[in-house]
Amino acid sequence: MTFVLFAEQLLNGLQFGIMLFLMAAGLTLIFGVMGLINLAHGSFYMIGAFAAAAVAGATGSFLLALVAALSAAAAAGALVELLVIRRLYGKDHLDQVLATFALILIFSEGTRWIYGSFPLFLNIPDYLSGPILLPGGIQYPLYRITLIAVGLLVALGLGLMIAKTRIGIQIRAGENDREMIAALGIDISKLYTLIFALGAALAGLAGALVGAIQSVQVGMGEPVLILAFVVIVIGGIGSIKGALIGSILVGLTDTLGGVFLPQLFKLFMEASVATSIGSSLASMAIYFLMGAVLVWRPTGLFGAR
Amino acid sequence: MVNERLFNLLILAILIGVPAWAYVSDEPFIITLMTRAVVFALAAVGLNIALGLGGLVSLGHAVFFGIGGYAMGILAFHAQTFTPVTEWPFVIEGTKSMPVIWLVAVVMSSLAALVIGMLSLRTAGVYFIMITLAFGQMFFFFTISWSTYGGEDGLSVYVRNGFPGLNTLDPIQYFGICLIILMTALTFNLFLAKSPFGLALNAARQTPQRVETVGLNSTRLKLVAFVISGAITGLAGALFADLNRFVSPTMFSWQLSGEIIIFVIIGGVGRLFGPVVGALVFVALEHLLGGLSDYWHIYLGFLLLGIVLFGKGGLIGMICGREKVDA
Amino acid sequence: MLEPILRTHGLTKSFGALKATDDVSIDLLPGEIHAVIGPNGAGKSTLIAQICGTIKPSAGRVEFLGKDVTSISARQRSLTGLGRTFQISALAMEDTVLQNTVLGALGATGNPWRFVRPALKHSELRSVAESALERVGLEDVMHTRTDELSHGQRRQLEVAVALTLDPRAFVMDEPMAGLGSEGSIRLTGFLDELRNEAPILLVEHDMDAVFALADRISVLVYGKVIATGSIEEIRKNADVQEAYLGDES
Repeated sequence: MTFVLFAEQLLNGLQFGIMLFLMAAGLTLIFGVMGLINLAHGSFYMIGAFAAAAVAGATGSFLLALVAALSAAAAAGALVELLVIRRLYGKDHLDQVLATFALILIFSEGTRWIYGSFPLFLNIPDYLSGPILLPGGIQYPLYRITLIAVGLLVALGLGLMIAKTRIGIQIRAGENDREMIAALGIDISKLYTLIFALGAALAGLAGALVGAIQSVQVGMGEPVLILAFVVIVIGGIGSIKGALIGSILVGLTDTLGGVFLPQLFKLFMEASVATSIGSSLASMAIYFLMGAVLVWRPTGLFGAR
Repeated sequence: MVNERLFNLLILAILIGVPAWAYVSDEPFIITLMTRAVVFALAAVGLNIALGLGGLVSLGHAVFFGIGGYAMGILAFHAQTFTPVTEWPFVIEGTKSMPVIWLVAVVMSSLAALVIGMLSLRTAGVYFIMITLAFGQMFFFFTISWSTYGGEDGLSVYVRNGFPGLNTLDPIQYFGICLIILMTALTFNLFLAKSPFGLALNAARQTPQRVETVGLNSTRLKLVAFVISGAITGLAGALFADLNRFVSPTMFSWQLSGEIIIFVIIGGVGRLFGPVVGALVFVALEHLLGGLSDYWHIYLGFLLLGIVLFGKGGLIGMICGREKVDA
Repeated sequence: MLEPILRTHGLTKSFGALKATDDVSIDLLPGEIHAVIGPNGAGKSTLIAQICGTIKPSAGRVEFLGKDVTSISARQRSLTGLGRTFQISALAMEDTVLQNTVLGALGATGNPWRFVRPALKHSELRSVAESALERVGLEDVMHTRTDELSHGQRRQLEVAVALTLDPRAFVMDEPMAGLGSEGSIRLTGFLDELRNEAPILLVEHDMDAVFALADRISVLVYGKVIATGSIEEIRKNADVQEAYLGDES
C-alpha cells in the first residue's frame, strides 16, 4: 500500500463523507427544530439528481443543472411541507414514519412513471474533469476535490448561518422550545417551511453532485438516506457539528475499510478467501461503528441528554 | 359498527373458504396467492406485537424475515449439495426437514432480535427507528457480498422442504401448514395481549413513566417483546422462502420492512386480525392493481397517506370502531 | 423521638448557573402530612423528582427507611415502598380503571413475566386492585376507559394505583390540581385517614387543603426552604408572608 494509494482512498472517503453530510445536515436540522423524522429526504436527493440530469441534457450547462437541482428540490420540499408535513408536527413518530414512507412510494413510482427504470446520465463538465496534481505527487480527480470543497463551504455556511444570523437564532431557539418561539410572535410556520425546503435543497444538491459520478436512477436516494441516519445516530440528533464529524467518520470507515480489511485478512488467509471475507466485513463496517458508538454513547457523540 | 369478533370470524372464513374454493376449482395459483398472504400476515403478526403492544416502531423487521429465509436457504442448500454447513467445532449437516428449519429460523431471529434490541433500546424514540433501519441495511449489504450463498442473485432451493406425513409440494397442503402456523401465532398473540406481560407492555407504550413508578422495568419488557416479535417474523421468513423456493438479499430490504409495517397499518395497529386484513388487502391490491399498472405503488402510497392522515385505526378501526374494553 | 421515614440532606440541583434546588434538607415523620408549598417556579417538581429518583441531584442525599437511596433508580425506590402520584396524571389512557390498578398490583409483585393466563383472572392481582379502588371510591367505574373519566376521577385513580404498592410513604405532587370543591373535600378527607397508614409528603397549591391537612409545612422559594414549621408558625413567619402567603389566592 503506497502513500499515494492511501491518500487517494482517504480523499475518496472524505468526499463520500462530505456528500453524506449534505443529507445528514438537512435531516438533523429538521429533526432538531421540528421534531420530525423525514423518510422522504432520499426522494429530494433523487429529485435533485433528475432535475440536474434533465436540465444538463437540455442546456448542456452543469451550472444551470445545479441551479435546477437546488430549485426543484427546494420547491418539492416546500410543497411537501405545506401539503403533508404540516399535519404531522406533534404526531407520534409512527405517523411521521408512515406518511413520509408513503411519500417515498409516491415520488419513486412517480419518477419511474415519467422517466422509466433506466438510469439517466449526468456528465461531469469538461472544466471539472480530469486529474489535478496535489502536493505529495498525488493525482486525484478534479471533480471529487470540487465536491469536497463545495461540501466544506456548505458546512461553513450552515455554521455561520446558525451562529450569526437571525434565522440561525430562530433555529437554535426552536430547537430548545417550540412553544416559546411561537409565543414570541415569530411565524413558526414560515420558519418550518424554510428549514424543510433548505434541508431538501441540500439533499437535492448532493444528489446532483453525486449523480455525475454515479448513476441517476429511481431509488438512488434511499440507501444514502439510511446512511445519513447512521451518521445522525453516531453524531447525535440536532447537532450540525455531529453530522459533519459523523459523516466524515462514516465516509472514511466505509472507504478505508473496504480497502484495508481485505488486505488485513490477506496477511493470514489465502487471497480469494481474504477478499471475500474482507469485503463482506467491510460492507458492515459502518454498522459496527454505529453499534460501538451506541454502546459507548447512546445519544451519539454530540447528542443531547 | 361491526362487532370485532364477528369480523375476525369473517376474515377467518375468507382464509379458509377462498383456498377451498380454489382447490375445488383447480386454481392452484389462487392457493399460492393466499399462502403468500398468510405468510405476510404472520410476519406482520410478529411486528404487531412489538409495534401495536409495545409501541416499538421497528423499521427493520425485514432483518428477521431475511434471517428466517436464509436459515432455510442455507440449510436446504447444504442438504441439496450434500455438503455440511460447517465442520468446526462439530459437523453440522444441512437439512430439508421443515420442523428443524423452523426451529433454527426462530432461534437465529431471536438471537438477532436480542442483540439489536439491546443496542437499540438504550435510547428512545427516533434513534430506535433509525437504528433498526440501519441494521436492516447491514444485513442486506452483507448478504449481497456473501457469494457463497448466491450474493445478489440469491439462492434457489430445487425442491420444497419436507414435513413428515405431508406432501408439501401440493399447494393446498403447504397452505394448510402456513395457515395452522398463523392461527397458532394469532392465538398466542391473543393470550399474550391479555396476560400480565401484555398488560405491562401495553402500559409501557402508553405511559412509560407510570410503569417505572409501579416498579416494572419497561426496557426489559420491550426487549422481551422485541425478541418474541423477531422470532415470529423469522418463522414467517422461513415459510416465505420455502413458498418461493428462493431466498435473496431483497428479503432484508428496507422496502420489505416498509411493506410489513404497511400490512399492520392498513389492517389496524394493535388489532388482533389487523395484520391478516392488511396482508390480504396488500396481496389483493398487488395482484389486481399490479396487473393493471406497473406503478401501482403510487396508489399504495396514497392509500397509506390517506390512512395516516385521515383514517386512524386502519380498516378494522373504521369497520369495527375502537377496541372494546377488557372486563 | 420518631425516626423520619424519608429524609433529604442538602439536596441541590443545578442546571448550569441556575439552582433549581438549593441545599434542601427536609424530612417526613411517621403518621404526618408534611406539606411543601411555594410560588410557581419555586422548584417543587424538581425536588419531588429527586426524592423519587427520576432526576439525579447535583449534590446531597436522599434517605428512605433509614437507607441511602440517592443512587437507586426510581423503579427500585418504588419497590422498596415509596409511593408516588403525578401532577399530570400518568395513566394508561386506553386501558380501563381496573387495568390501570391491576398494573399497579402487578408492579408490586415485581413479576410481569407471565404470558398466558389473563391478568384480570389472576385473583391476587385483581383483589389488591379492587380493594384499592374501593378505598378511593372508584369501584363503580372499574370497567370504564380511563380517557372517559372526569378529571377528578383520574386523580382518584392516581391515588388508587399508588395504594396497590402498599407504600411506606407517599410523595404526592398536587393531587388536588383541577379538582372542584366537592372533589377536594373528598380527597382531603381521604388523605387525612391515609396518613395513619403511611406518611405523606404533599406538594400543593390548594391552601385550604394544606391548612386542613398539614402537620408541618415547608415553604420553598427559588429552590430554597425558607421556613419549616407548624401551620401557626408558618402563618406568623414574616419571611413567608413576604415571599408567598401575601399573594396566594
